[in-house]
Amino acid sequence: MAKLHVHTTVNGEAAEFLCEPHETLLAALRNELGLTGTKEGCATGDCGACSILLDGRLVPSCLVLAAESQDRAVTTIEGLALGDALHPLQRKFLEHAALQCGICTPGFIVAAKALLDRQPEPTEQEARFWLAGNLCRCTGYDKIIRAVLDTAAEMRKTAV
Amino acid sequence: MQVIRYEAPRSVTDAVRLMQADPGAQILAGGTDLLVQFRAGLRRPTAFIDIKRIPELVGITLDDGGLRLGAATAAAVICEHAEVKRLWPGLVEAVRLIGSTQIQGRGTVGGNLCNASPAADTTCALIVNRATCAIAGPAGERVLPVDEFCTGPGKTALRAGEFLVALHIPRPGPRTADAYLRLIPRSEMDIAVVSAGVSVTLAPDGTCSAARVAIGAVAPTALLVAEAAGALVGSRLDETALSRAGAAASAAAKPIDDKRGTVAYRRTTAGVLTRRAARTAAARARGH
Amino acid sequence: MSDRTFTYVGTRPVRHDGMDKVTGRANYGADFSLPGMLHGVVVRSPHAHARIVSIDTHEAEAVPGVLAVVTARDIPETRAKLMLGEGALDLRDISENLLARTKVLYHGHTVAAVAATTLDAAREGAARVKVTYEVLEPVMTIEQALAANAPILHSDMITKGQHGAKAPSNVAARMELKRGDVGNGFTQADVVVEREFRTPTVHQGYIEPHACVARWGEDGRAFVWCSTQGPFAVRDQCAAVLGMDAAQVKVIPSEIGGGFGGKIVVYLEPLAVALSRKARRPVKMVMGREEVFRATGPTSGTRIRMKLGATRDGTFVAADASLYYEAGAYRGSPAGAGMMCLVAPYRIPNFVIEAFDVVVNKPKVAAYRAPGSPTASFAIESVIDELARELRLDPIDLRLKNAVVEGDAAPFGPAYGPIGLKALLEAARRHPHWKTPLAANQGRGVACGFWFNAGMNSSATVTLNMDGSAAVVTGNPDIGGTRAAQALMVSEELGIPVERIRPGVGDTDSSGYTDVTGGSRVCYATGMAVIGAAQDVREQLRARAAKIWNVDVASVTWEKGHAVPPKGAEKAEPLSVNDLAAKMTHTGGPIVGRASLYAPMAGPGFGAHICDLEVDPETGRSRVVRYTAFQDVGKAVHPSFVEGQIQGGAAQGIGWALNEEYVFDKNGVMENAGFLDYRMPVASDLPMIETVLIEVANPLHPYGVRGVGEVPIVPPLAAVANAMRDATGIRFTELPLSPPRVLAALNHEPTPVRTSDELSAVKADS
Repeated sequence: MAKLHVHTTVNGEAAEFLCEPHETLLAALRNELGLTGTKEGCATGDCGACSILLDGRLVPSCLVLAAESQDRAVTTIEGLALGDALHPLQRKFLEHAALQCGICTPGFIVAAKALLDRQPEPTEQEARFWLAGNLCRCTGYDKIIRAVLDTAAEMRKTAV
Repeated sequence: MQVIRYEAPRSVTDAVRLMQADPGAQILAGGTDLLVQFRAGLRRPTAFIDIKRIPELVGITLDDGGLRLGAATAAAVICEHAEVKRLWPGLVEAVRLIGSTQIQGRGTVGGNLCNASPAADTTCALIVNRATCAIAGPAGERVLPVDEFCTGPGKTALRAGEFLVALHIPRPGPRTADAYLRLIPRSEMDIAVVSAGVSVTLAPDGTCSAARVAIGAVAPTALLVAEAAGALVGSRLDETALSRAGAAASAAAKPIDDKRGTVAYRRTTAGVLTRRAARTAAARARGH
Repeated sequence: MSDRTFTYVGTRPVRHDGMDKVTGRANYGADFSLPGMLHGVVVRSPHAHARIVSIDTHEAEAVPGVLAVVTARDIPETRAKLMLGEGALDLRDISENLLARTKVLYHGHTVAAVAATTLDAAREGAARVKVTYEVLEPVMTIEQALAANAPILHSDMITKGQHGAKAPSNVAARMELKRGDVGNGFTQADVVVEREFRTPTVHQGYIEPHACVARWGEDGRAFVWCSTQGPFAVRDQCAAVLGMDAAQVKVIPSEIGGGFGGKIVVYLEPLAVALSRKARRPVKMVMGREEVFRATGPTSGTRIRMKLGATRDGTFVAADASLYYEAGAYRGSPAGAGMMCLVAPYRIPNFVIEAFDVVVNKPKVAAYRAPGSPTASFAIESVIDELARELRLDPIDLRLKNAVVEGDAAPFGPAYGPIGLKALLEAARRHPHWKTPLAANQGRGVACGFWFNAGMNSSATVTLNMDGSAAVVTGNPDIGGTRAAQALMVSEELGIPVERIRPGVGDTDSSGYTDVTGGSRVCYATGMAVIGAAQDVREQLRARAAKIWNVDVASVTWEKGHAVPPKGAEKAEPLSVNDLAAKMTHTGGPIVGRASLYAPMAGPGFGAHICDLEVDPETGRSRVVRYTAFQDVGKAVHPSFVEGQIQGGAAQGIGWALNEEYVFDKNGVMENAGFLDYRMPVASDLPMIETVLIEVANPLHPYGVRGVGEVPIVPPLAAVANAMRDATGIRFTELPLSPPRVLAALNHEPTPVRTSDELSAVKADS
């Protein structure tokens, strides 16, 4: 059972790794590339902790085969900050105390980025339904939603 | 130990050849059912045949004939298509309900259909919109109405080596609209406990001239309920007609008890959802 | 103390570990690796109740890549007691829960563990461990456990506290709490309400599964990296189970992805150490989500009979209750705590409360946020709601009339110190939420809750750096933001800006002994140690200043981060922390402050929640449309994180009330062991959760801190159920309030979901 040699782009940089055909992209990111920011919470696509962007589209990396990332662009939490500057979502999560244990935070931030990429003016309901696939057990979601809406407002201001 | 291959053919012909050569191979579209079942040891494919690099399998074409949906088109892509949303709001409602936003980024209508869960979100909407399935296989290509596609829980009419290539949906006529509703305990994320899809067509005088009603998660497959449609046709889609349609749906349901719902609950709410979906479809048809 | 003005405490700085967490750099249990590491996998029982006849590991050991297999044969048999957290646990129970010896007592119970070079090989090895079982009838409910001819889980279990108990039983213990004369009390009542309540098994639902890496060294020392609420608890359990000295085990806690009480008892770590010892390689073990549900420590399903009597003007006169709590496979449910919390918010002159700890063939329960209290509160707060309706009294007024105040005796003995229960009920009554009109199909409910909050052992050190910054280290993993609070405390004592404080979590070698992060105790007890350590630094700084000025240290005062010389001292200007730190080498050397203590029990916490629920009468679906939580928090050191604790606890309670439950089939197998069908609230299920913080200072703590983390999960069960009563006119006494149950009641149909009676009926049929 020879491993597959996959060439892909992760967070804007060329990356390659060996993987089993049945290995998930989540496992490859964590174990082959050392990018442990993306987490496994359930392995069945029900918790959102493994959220990444694949060609800009929000997906659960636990349900993507590593081999599928060939020639595609993968974005993980590690790729959100721009150099030394945090992404506005990261800043707002900190400001609003939108994290406690923090295990769901990478997934939420990636998912929220996907939301704001498409919908710069989400309502509270739109944000809640978009993020319904990201489970949090610590916060009750209140401060997370506030952080996301506040980020949207700030990004609209700076965009104008 | 598991020895599995991963293949990513670039054409339907290549995919057919791979499937024919290896009876244990399984089609991989979005993976949101297959990979979960694989992890649980419920499916042990000898190979994953990833069809997402085949141009005919992904993409949306809309012309006078109607809609052509590549079977491996991600749900999110379908939901973003403004024209599809305008013409088939119920279908898009159904597609949008397949799991979370993350699942939407991967899950496909074709995969949803082929997984053949009695509770699949898209089946009812496809049925009421008279969708047909374009299938490819060793014996060539064939077309099947979507009502005949699922034959039981986890079972489809696909023969050995066959796979779903695309779904076709005819353009709705004038004053025709659909709606789809799903009942779940939370607001998101759950598998349907009960679902209902309705399509209605209004005559110029406002009476219902045609209708289709399908209910899901209350039988081994989605059920096309002729009696419920019959209760709507000829009526003005008033509350009495809607209630009769609901009652017919409840009567036709053949639900089971499981961890998501009981017989009594599903029977009752099949009627409730049918009534509500019909009301929405009627309002949309009138709005045209 | 409540008059004290603070400079740093009460502000909302960004948490110090926040950067790592929003960038994905923070390392949790599964984010750690060692060279040459093997992967460990657990072999689990397919039966809920069975005798182990034999375990054959030969085939497993022969699988290529498998380097070690362990079973109960590889760990010593023991009967000792282990002090863990707030009580003593039977080490034999912990040991046998980790690796079954003669019986398996729940579906998923560990029978062996396998380590191999790849995860696939380990799974292959696990599949080839051959276990022969003699299958026994499972006991899955309280009724089945108590039945006359019930299968007995433990042949040596005789009910403690039951006078005359001789025969083996599934009741591990009976406890009782009494006051006054209950018989006489009820004769004075004008109205009596009695109901029986049931709640299912529910799980803490932490998003991070258990994970660890263990390495056994040639010198017999073991190193463990793991996600845990208590590195010392892990150390002590590993050492005790494996027959080692605690000093031979070093535990480094990772960042922890949620615990809520479920990451105190160990499920993997001793297995990983044992595997590593056998294989002579490090071993990593990570649970899957299904395993977390099936084989960690959910909380008790309960059956509670609650009877409360009041006079016409609403004064409570008597209470009588029986609490049955499922312990799971081994003794030790929080029935006793439930018993003590039940009437804690109220003045009731006569009561008798009995509580039973009952074993069943489910995973052994572990603590879950205020363990024992939420279900007890569900019972009494529902009954109080009924009383309010019968007496035609406002539900908040009825509670105010009977609410305990300072000086009242708690049901478990001591008098309450200053407490804010009345204050928060009054705040609730005044709040716009209570007065806002409801829309159609909506109902409103209110409920109170109580938790003791713990004290226990804590240690802390504060190290001053030469540039005037400081580090504070404790042994408490940070789940809710306690590091930020600790930094604020050091800032407050020393006047160092909070950004210049580095708060850290030590390991079992570098931190003094500290009890777990739990019991709402970190900000309180460990906070006291942190304050003590910071004050120790301050005393040393005063001494250094005195030396510099050549004056008596007693004459040196401390003001706003400066040592201030006495009047008349020659050439003496106030010296800041930075000044003194820069001079430390020449004035006596490094400055390290430390404190360790056993804190008295923190001081009671009370909360009251108001819930508005909208119910769809045709489907039984409901959603929370508005929620306000009031809590007496003593002193909110970091208000954002206090609010976060309240919102998170409320959300868990709402899930418990509406949709969460373990569903078992007739063989005792959990049918919904995943996040799809174990339905925790998602973002679209909840509204914003408003929090109102009342601060009645706790005199036991220098800043008035009370524990806050656990109280919030106590009121929601009844708050939601009372709102449901208001919306539908139906009193639901069984949770969860899932749509099928609600619709059946609305349509006057027999309750559809699997009650214990139905399960008994199924059993009778088979």
